[in-house]
Amino acid sequence: MAMEPLLRIGVLFLFLHLSVLVNSSPSHHLQIINAERRIDLTSHIIKVYLTLKVENLGTSPTSEVRLAFSPAEAEHLAVVKAAVTTGKRKKKTYVPLDVKPVGPPDGPNGTKFFSVTLLTPLGKGETTTLEVLYILTHSLEPFPVEISQSESQLVYFRDSAILLSPYHVKQQTTFIKTPRSRVESFTVVEPTKRAGTELKYGPYDDHTPYSYSPVLVHFENNNPFAVVEELEREIEISHWGSIQVIERYRLTHAGARHKGVFSRVEYQTRSGASGVSSFKHLLAKLPPRVHSVYYRDEIGNISSSHLRKDFLKSELEFEPRYPLFGGWKSTFLIGYGLPLQDFLFESPDGKRYLNFTYGCPLSDTVVDKLIIKVVLPEGSKDPAAVIPFQVDQHLETKYSYLDIVGRTVVVLEKKNVVPEHNIPFQVYYNFNPIFMLAEPLMLASVFFLLFAASVAYLHVDLSIRKS
Amino acid sequence: MAATDAQTSLRHAFGNVLAFFILILIGVLAFSIRLFSVIKYESVIHEFDPYFNYRVTQFLTKNGIYDFWNWFDDRTWYPLGRVIGGTVYPGLTLTAGTLWWILNSLNIPLSVETVCVFTAPIFSAFASWATYLLTKEVKGPGAGLTAAVLLAMVPSYISRSVAGSYDNEAVAIFALIFTFYLYIKTLNTGSLFYATLNSIAYFYMVCSWGGYTFIINLIPMHALLCIVTGRYSSRLYIAYAPLIVLGTLLAALVPVVGFNAVMTSEHFASFLVFILIHVVALVYYIKGILSPKMFKVAVALVVSGGLAVCFAMIAVLVAMVASSPTMGWSGRSLSLLDPTYASKYIPIIASVSEHQPPTWPSYFMDINVLAFLVPAGIIVSFFCAKIVCLIFSCYSVEFLTKSRWSLLLQACFSPLSDASSFVILYIVTSVYFSGVMVRLMLVLAPAACILSGIALSQAFDVFTRSIKLQLPSLSIDSPVDAGDGSSESVVPDDTVKTDKTEDTQKERTSKKSRSRKSSSESVEKPSSKSQIKKRLSVLPLETSIIAIVLLVLLGAFYVVHSVWAAAEAYSAPSIVLTSHSHDGLHVFDDFREAYAWLSHNTEVDDKVASWWDYGYQTTAMANRTVIVDNNTWNNTHIATVGTAMSSPEKAAWEIFHSLDVKYVLVVFGGLVGYPSDDINKFLWMVRIGGGVFPHIKEPDYLRDGQYRIDNMATPTMLNCLMYKLSYYRFVETDGKAFDRVRRTEIGKKHFKLTHFEEVFTTHHWMVRIYKLKPPKNRIRGKTKKSKSKANPKTVSKRKELKRNPF
Repeated sequence: MAMEPLLRIGVLFLFLHLSVLVNSSPSHHLQIINAERRIDLTSHIIKVYLTLKVENLGTSPTSEVRLAFSPAEAEHLAVVKAAVTTGKRKKKTYVPLDVKPVGPPDGPNGTKFFSVTLLTPLGKGETTTLEVLYILTHSLEPFPVEISQSESQLVYFRDSAILLSPYHVKQQTTFIKTPRSRVESFTVVEPTKRAGTELKYGPYDDHTPYSYSPVLVHFENNNPFAVVEELEREIEISHWGSIQVIERYRLTHAGARHKGVFSRVEYQTRSGASGVSSFKHLLAKLPPRVHSVYYRDEIGNISSSHLRKDFLKSELEFEPRYPLFGGWKSTFLIGYGLPLQDFLFESPDGKRYLNFTYGCPLSDTVVDKLIIKVVLPEGSKDPAAVIPFQVDQHLETKYSYLDIVGRTVVVLEKKNVVPEHNIPFQVYYNFNPIFMLAEPLMLASVFFLLFAASVAYLHVDLSIRKS
Repeated sequence: MAATDAQTSLRHAFGNVLAFFILILIGVLAFSIRLFSVIKYESVIHEFDPYFNYRVTQFLTKNGIYDFWNWFDDRTWYPLGRVIGGTVYPGLTLTAGTLWWILNSLNIPLSVETVCVFTAPIFSAFASWATYLLTKEVKGPGAGLTAAVLLAMVPSYISRSVAGSYDNEAVAIFALIFTFYLYIKTLNTGSLFYATLNSIAYFYMVCSWGGYTFIINLIPMHALLCIVTGRYSSRLYIAYAPLIVLGTLLAALVPVVGFNAVMTSEHFASFLVFILIHVVALVYYIKGILSPKMFKVAVALVVSGGLAVCFAMIAVLVAMVASSPTMGWSGRSLSLLDPTYASKYIPIIASVSEHQPPTWPSYFMDINVLAFLVPAGIIVSFFCAKIVCLIFSCYSVEFLTKSRWSLLLQACFSPLSDASSFVILYIVTSVYFSGVMVRLMLVLAPAACILSGIALSQAFDVFTRSIKLQLPSLSIDSPVDAGDGSSESVVPDDTVKTDKTEDTQKERTSKKSRSRKSSSESVEKPSSKSQIKKRLSVLPLETSIIAIVLLVLLGAFYVVHSVWAAAEAYSAPSIVLTSHSHDGLHVFDDFREAYAWLSHNTEVDDKVASWWDYGYQTTAMANRTVIVDNNTWNNTHIATVGTAMSSPEKAAWEIFHSLDVKYVLVVFGGLVGYPSDDINKFLWMVRIGGGVFPHIKEPDYLRDGQYRIDNMATPTMLNCLMYKLSYYRFVETDGKAFDRVRRTEIGKKHFKLTHFEEVFTTHHWMVRIYKLKPPKNRIRGKTKKSKSKANPKTVSKRKELKRNPF
């Protein structure tokens, strides 16, 4: 599913069939014959599609191709994915490749590396085509930093016209797509062409490893810069038949800060020209068959939301209490219930597992810190989470309604989450259904004792002196 | 005989179980009738004061009890602050905090807010149970159940205790009734155990509400009444003296009361009666040990000496009281004694709508049919049901026999019990207080419920008995053992009333025998004189049936009215407003929109100035420091804000700037027609401001004594800050600037603000927040700089060759 964008882009490109031969050559003898970069700046989540045609010049076969990122990029990198194409023309398929960050030593100027492991080592003289997608967040710097209500938002985007790479790059081109045709300024590195919403840098020939040519694009971007500073999703499993999800959001507008006056009359009467970079509506995609949805904050209900349900998904369209202008913040909470059988399954070895979607249900938002807490039912053992990417995991204990030993909570933390992280993950655990009866039995015995005590009290004469 | 004994005890148990389940249902009714606000709106704290209580409870649950006592709140009354621990009645907060703590230690993770929202309904269930106990002590369980049902849904109490109305009154009414119950219980039993419980209940009441002074004046009044009417007994002494000693000691433990418990005039009555009751006790004691002759001598001696001492003491007391400026009375108490006091001297008390005297319709609204039942209740508790019935039957039967008269007289002179006299004293005083202050209707409600409960239950009692005795079917169905059958039908009636007070005891036995006889006589024809006497208290069958139907209708009307009041009139949380229009329900959630904006988009230490009504909400919901709030303890400070609001822009800016204010919040209803906005409250700001700062004069804001904001308004009005902040750019909404609350076009439409800037206005313009512009001398440099920075054209199309970022 995540490969879909790659697929779409891939169709556009020339395709090279490659025969795989086992050979041996040192990895630094690779060279990039052709590199094509397409940078999508239409939202505040920057997507870069990179097509690399790699050739092994060395003698020994290698299976590792390194991608280089500047420290600034590496810091804001949310996702790096690579794929290799196989098959021809219409039968073309993408095989995802393993991408791993490479630890120190870093390259010159603190360049960080990611290594892509090829399916089969690349022999001498052979070429292969890699499709890479990486996503950057927080990389558009608003300038001017503060804008008033009537101004639109301008941002800087900094990058290099030349691909930063540890390899020699023979030929390369970079395309930058801006949301609107209004571009205030851009750095020219000949040959540079601008047409409509697209800027083209290149083609450039023969650049040595670690070449860098900074470019700065200053353009208009009025897309909502919705950033969730912290999102805590608590998924509570009850074997009595439902899953309760509570999502606590701390939302902010990360674009150019709002300056001075906020005039409601201007905002209401001239909605096209006033507060164009602000946003009012948010859309959350919730699972189908969602029920008892609530939307509130610490001071009560927020009464501006609509829920649309169909078979495939539920969409919750809601408004924060006030429109969010640059720098404004808001906190809220969304909670809902889900039927248990849609998400909880039993694996062949008798374990149960929760299959749930990671990431943030809000469309087109960046989450700086995502904490997912899976609250397992009381008495469950051996929790284990299976997640396709790196997260920080630890266990907690939570006491909820009438718990005695507490519920095990699997906490999964990740920084810098983008919609591409909305993929399923699993939490496996052992659970004995007898524990489901613990609390009803406890309540029943308490009431029994209460009645027994009152019967005893009524039948026992406790007075010291008979009167 | 043994068999019938077993049968009666079984019936007895059955009656008790039935009463128990009825009480549970009454509790459920009391709780659930108050949930309309949660169902129709949401589970949220209502109004203004509850927000403060909620905030205090949050602090208590978070920081613990010790920090709570020592809490100095710097978020309010800036720059003075407020010592919360010492100025708040902690009963409600501690109650809800304890509830929350218990729930959480049972691992029931309810939020503090939820607990606070449901505290009031829970305590109204308790209050109706307490009413049952109290009325049972006064007039038996039947009346108790009726009174409990009435109290469970009396609109006056509902208005203060719907879910979310988290205010002192919610628990205080329970404490009030329960204290009275324990007092009566002690009076009836003479048990020191109940006397101790009574002082603890009184302590809880002191913790909960300033209205505890009502108890500490009413109980001495009743004790005095008992002494004066010669009903002094050791039971009275046990009921009264421990309460005063222990109660005063305990009351002094509550920080907000402290030494007021012995030093203010509100409490003196209790001490005087305390002395008096000891004197009386001594006299009774001496009378007991001396012979009558010796006693007369002793009286002559003591009276001459005692009077001198008494006069000396009273003189000292009067001197002490007179030395304090308000005679040792607090402003609110004084306005109770002299209803015109507040409007004359303290505009701040007068400005609160709930401190106004009520109108007649509000009696009907708040206690409904109880208002008509109360007189009946008073008569019933003065005499007894039978006499009322007799009086009625005198009208219905054309001749008045001598026997009737003798019965009537006998009943008239049956002594008024202590409990009944207490209830009557309670209703009389509370009627007076409710007439002074609409808020105290709440104190009247329990008394009205008790008396109406007594009246209703006695009426039902009489009518059903009349019907029962006259129904021929009863005897026809079982002609053989008619006596047994009728006694069966009477016994449950009696078992319900097992705890009737002494005076009813006698008539009950007579009633039993009478009914037994009368049922047997229903077979034969009544002829003898004694049988006539038995039938005297029986009303004609048709009358009884019609009366019962009417009573049921009356009760049904009460229920309908109460449910309507709970659902429609008293459930709105006032921070969320709704309106029904042709395209459905429209929600106005502007207050929370503004508070949420303040809380997320301003600095934590920013000060927000607004009229004091919104102080509690701002500190609780927006967590920002306010200048004044609903705890109106400092008149000067409120007057300062009032003055600022009524001053022209520059002067207002100076006042606000001197108070470190950064934001000014005004509530404006002109766009959507919300009537209780700041413009409508503005005259009070002028009055309160002018009361301290004489340069603000009310006539300057009035044109020919009329308050107006249209083009006839005075220039002072049109230039004051409140006007400007409310109507800034209002004309741009519809082009005419038509104010929907005042139903007029405003006087001055186009103007600019020089010292304030609009930073936020909510969706329906109900709350507008302005920021004070920074001081003048710095403003020029700043605007220039920001202008040059803000201009995006300066960087346009320049080929930027910035340094490599790394």
